Formats: sequence, structure tokens, C-alpha cells
Amino acid sequence: MKYQVVIGLEVHTQLTTNTKIFCGCSTRFGAEPNSQTCPVCLGFPGALPVLNKQVVENAILAGLATNCSITQRNVFARKNYFYPDLPKGYQISQFDLPICQHGHLDIEVDGEQKRIGITRIHMEEDAGKLVHADIPGVDDSCVDLNRACTPLLEIVSEPDMRSPDEAIAYLKKLHQIVMYLGICDGNLEEGSFRCDANVSLMPVGSTVFGTRAELKNINSFKFIKQAIEYEIERQAEILDDGGKVIQETRLFDPNTGTTRSMRGKEEAHDYRYFPDPDLVPVLITDQWIEDVRATLPELPEAKRARYVAELGLPEYDAEVLVSSRELAQYYEETVALFPQAKTVSNWVMGEVSRALNEDNNRSITDCQVTPALLADLLKLMEKGTISGKIAKTVFDEMYKTGKAPEKIVEEKGLVQVSDTGAIEAMVDEVLNNNPAQVEQYRGGKETVFGFFVGQVMRASKGKANPAVVNELLLKKLNG
Amino acid sequence: MKITRSEVEHVARLARLELSDSELDTFTGQMDGILAYVEKLNALDTEGIVPTSHAVPMENAFRPDQPADSIGVEAALANAPLRAESFFRVPKVIE
Repeated sequence: MKYQVVIGLEVHTQLTTNTKIFCGCSTRFGAEPNSQTCPVCLGFPGALPVLNKQVVENAILAGLATNCSITQRNVFARKNYFYPDLPKGYQISQFDLPICQHGHLDIEVDGEQKRIGITRIHMEEDAGKLVHADIPGVDDSCVDLNRACTPLLEIVSEPDMRSPDEAIAYLKKLHQIVMYLGICDGNLEEGSFRCDANVSLMPVGSTVFGTRAELKNINSFKFIKQAIEYEIERQAEILDDGGKVIQETRLFDPNTGTTRSMRGKEEAHDYRYFPDPDLVPVLITDQWIEDVRATLPELPEAKRARYVAELGLPEYDAEVLVSSRELAQYYEETVALFPQAKTVSNWVMGEVSRALNEDNNRSITDCQVTPALLADLLKLMEKGTISGKIAKTVFDEMYKTGKAPEKIVEEKGLVQVSDTGAIEAMVDEVLNNNPAQVEQYRGGKETVFGFFVGQVMRASKGKANPAVVNELLLKKLNG
Repeated sequence: MKITRSEVEHVARLARLELSDSELDTFTGQMDGILAYVEKLNALDTEGIVPTSHAVPMENAFRPDQPADSIGVEAALANAPLRAESFFRVPKVIE
């Protein structure tokens, strides 16, 4: 039978606050185990959690950026379960009154737009980390509670996605937005942006969802796609054999590209939520929402549209340039100094990106060629001081040394030769040395023209002004 | 009956409590009595009243996002029954 896959996604984003959600311990990654803990995040009896205001503001930002309505009265709830990485025996989360609801994101797959609903976004604390530490003689599990009580936003989508590609498009969009907002560092490998996928199948044409499996432990976009594709195959096989898909949690194994069942978690899903009496309600006024709204940066979608409408860039360029906030900022700063949008775009997408890629995928924020330096280089090119070809050589030198383009041009004697007399001498020499080609050209084979240009450019070590070269060659050849 | 014996068993298991048969009988009876008593509240008309989540009339208790000192690894682990280096050590978790 043919099946339609139905996918809903739950994303946990770790916020970039300095401190934990309910205590003042640092959230820095990679510290000595249990060194960033206190009675609150260790779950000592009698310790009182106090909410980090920044977490609420980050949550409002996320809600506004994903078209959600912001809940006025927020309550924290206890989600009760036992696990060694959860010191209190409950996780403080939100249940029936999440801070953001009823949002959506628009994605594009194969040129088609689609709206994906966002059911809710809520604030919660992270659990600690279970480590199977490499300590001689210790086969037990080890617990590091540095991560316990770190602030998370859980962002839950509607089951609106109908292919792995749609799921990836949604995730990438969401990832881009939280990075633009600066509320999450977006590091999938370190677990700052974690995704669980709810996957089910139904016969094509049906509107009744099948039983879903929840896929966990997927820490890259590639793995998410793999996990969903594997799950589609697995469930289709079960259904084809007349079997029933069991509702369960399944772990993705990146080594085999398969998912496997996590045993015996069913009963534990009875979390017995109730309001946490330690935390008073959070009331969010319209004024507060507007104050946060005022700090919203221009989001990628709006930026892209503006690049096309106001700067006249092609869709493709705009899409690439807004892919990260830092790249867009670099581009905008350069255009402000050298207002030729398409030329700057070509350089940022071309030379700049290429150099960064070849340099171990270095971040644009670490690029020695600052927007000001790049603009200076483009100005030299525009004035005709150097040719486009030489500009690339100069750029490479700037990238390596961070030197100003004028300095490099001067040091290396790269100034473009526009002096007609000097070029004419080179043109004459090339024509004299290649009588056969001259004969061919005059006999009607005009494609030889490029050969002459190349020879003259080589004779000038790339410094001859190409426009002057063309003009002189034409004049001499056509006599 | 407001609560069944098997529900009490289930809740006990979730709370990691081991109850004997006679304890189960006792608690089922007691909890049934408590629930029957609380049931009286259902007689009240609560139409249009926001459910009470907190008894204290207070809201928006915040902390600024400024780091405070942690207590240190030694203090954190002082009461741990078992430790391994700077970790809490627990029976192996397989999943």
C-alpha cells in the first residue's frame, strides 16, 4: 500500500542566558562536572527556585518571531518522574498555560510554500547529564548536574509536515530564527538545539492519523532526515504485514542509521503535572510584550524580501546572504560603504565565502577582511586602479595578512596599466609574434580574438586595463 | 468508590513505593474517604472562576540574569552515597 507520512517536531532550544533558569549558577559549557551547582539545581530540600527574568523575555521574543500569541498569565508546573539525571524527582516545566501558543512558520520546499503550525512554546529546566565515564574500575553511570536547571524553550509544532524534506526545512528555519534572535547558540552537537520527531503513517488519501513513534537522540539535520526515512520504511513494513505500529519512544542510532525501541517507558509517561507552589505566576502585560517587540531584530524572511525589493538582488543571492545574521550584517556594512548591491553580493558569496570555506569553515566574524577593507578594494576596482582579476589576487593577500588593499597594490606594483602607449607596445609584440593567428583572424575566424587578449594580459602580468587592450587589438586587427 | 485498588497500586508504583496487600487495602479505603470528602467542592458553582494555582496573591518574582557563586564540587558531592571523581555515581542506566 502507499502511505503518507505525518511528522510533528518537538525542539528543545537551550537559551544563551548567563545563568540557569531558577538559580544564579553559570550555564557555561564544558566546566568541571558538578562545579556549577547549588542547593537549588541540586534539588536540596528547602531550596527555593527564583525565575530568571531573561528567560521570560527570550521566550516572548521566540513567540513573537514565530507568530504566536503570548499568554498573559503563566504558571509553572511540576512534571513528575524518576531518572538519575533529575535530582528533584520532577522537572519544572509549563503544562496547560505555556507562554506562547498558536504560531506558525512558512517554509518552502521545491518552490512551494507551506505553513507549519506551532502549537506551543514553553519554558522549562533541563536535566543533568548522564555520562558513562571512562574511569577505570567504574562501570556505573556518572551524573553531572552542571546542565541541570539550564533554561530551555520547548517548541512544539503541529503534525503538519508530510515529508522528511519539509521537516528539515522547518527545522532549519526555526534554527535560523533562534540564532537571529540570539537566544540560542544553535549548536546541535553540544545539544543546544535538540529535536524529537513524532512520525506516523496513514494510507494515502486518509485523514485519520496512524499511531506514532517518537524518535529521540538526533543531533544533526542529516540524522533527522535519516531517522525519519528509516522510520517510514519500518512502519510501512509493519503495516504491509498487517501488523500494528506501537506508540513508543525510539532511539536513533547514528552508527547504523536505524531506530530502536526504548523499553518500558510507557507507564512512566504518567507525569501527574501540578502547579509548582514554589514559583508564583508570571503576568505578562501588553506593555512588556511591546517592549520586547521593540528589540526584535529584522528576521531572515523580511531581510530577504528587502534585499530583493530595495537592493534589487536576485532571490538566490538574498537567500544565501541572509542565511546567518552575521553574514547579512557583513554584507550590509559593505554595501553601506560601497553601494553597488550586486557587486558586493558577488564578492561576499564568491571570494569571501570561498576563502572562509577553504579556511576550515571559519566564521565571517573572524574574517580579517572587514567590510571596510572589502569596500576599499571594490573602490580600487571601480576607479580602474586595478582590474577585477588583480582584485582577486589582492583579496587573497588581504585575507591572509589583514593589510589594506592600497598597501598591497603599492607593495606588489599591481596598479593597472591604462597607459595606451605601454599597452600598444605589448599589443604590437603579440601580433608580431603570432602571424599565423593574425592570418586566421583576418580570414574570418573571430574566435581567435580571445587568444590575443589572453596573450596581452599575460605579457602585462594581468595589469593591463582589459578595456584598453580590447580597443587597441580591435583597431590593429581590423586595420 | 472514588478510587480503585489498582489505581492506588499504579500511583504507588509511579512513586516507587512498595505496598503490601493489607497496606493497599488500608490506603485504598483512606484515599477513597479523602476523595469523597473533597468531592463536596464539586457542589459549588465555579463557572467563570480562574482555577487557583497558588494560595498566595503574588506574581512576577524575578531574578536578574547575573551569576552567583556555586557551592563547589566538594560541597555538592558531600552527601552523595557514591562518587567517581567529580561525578555522582549511580547504578548503571541502560537505554
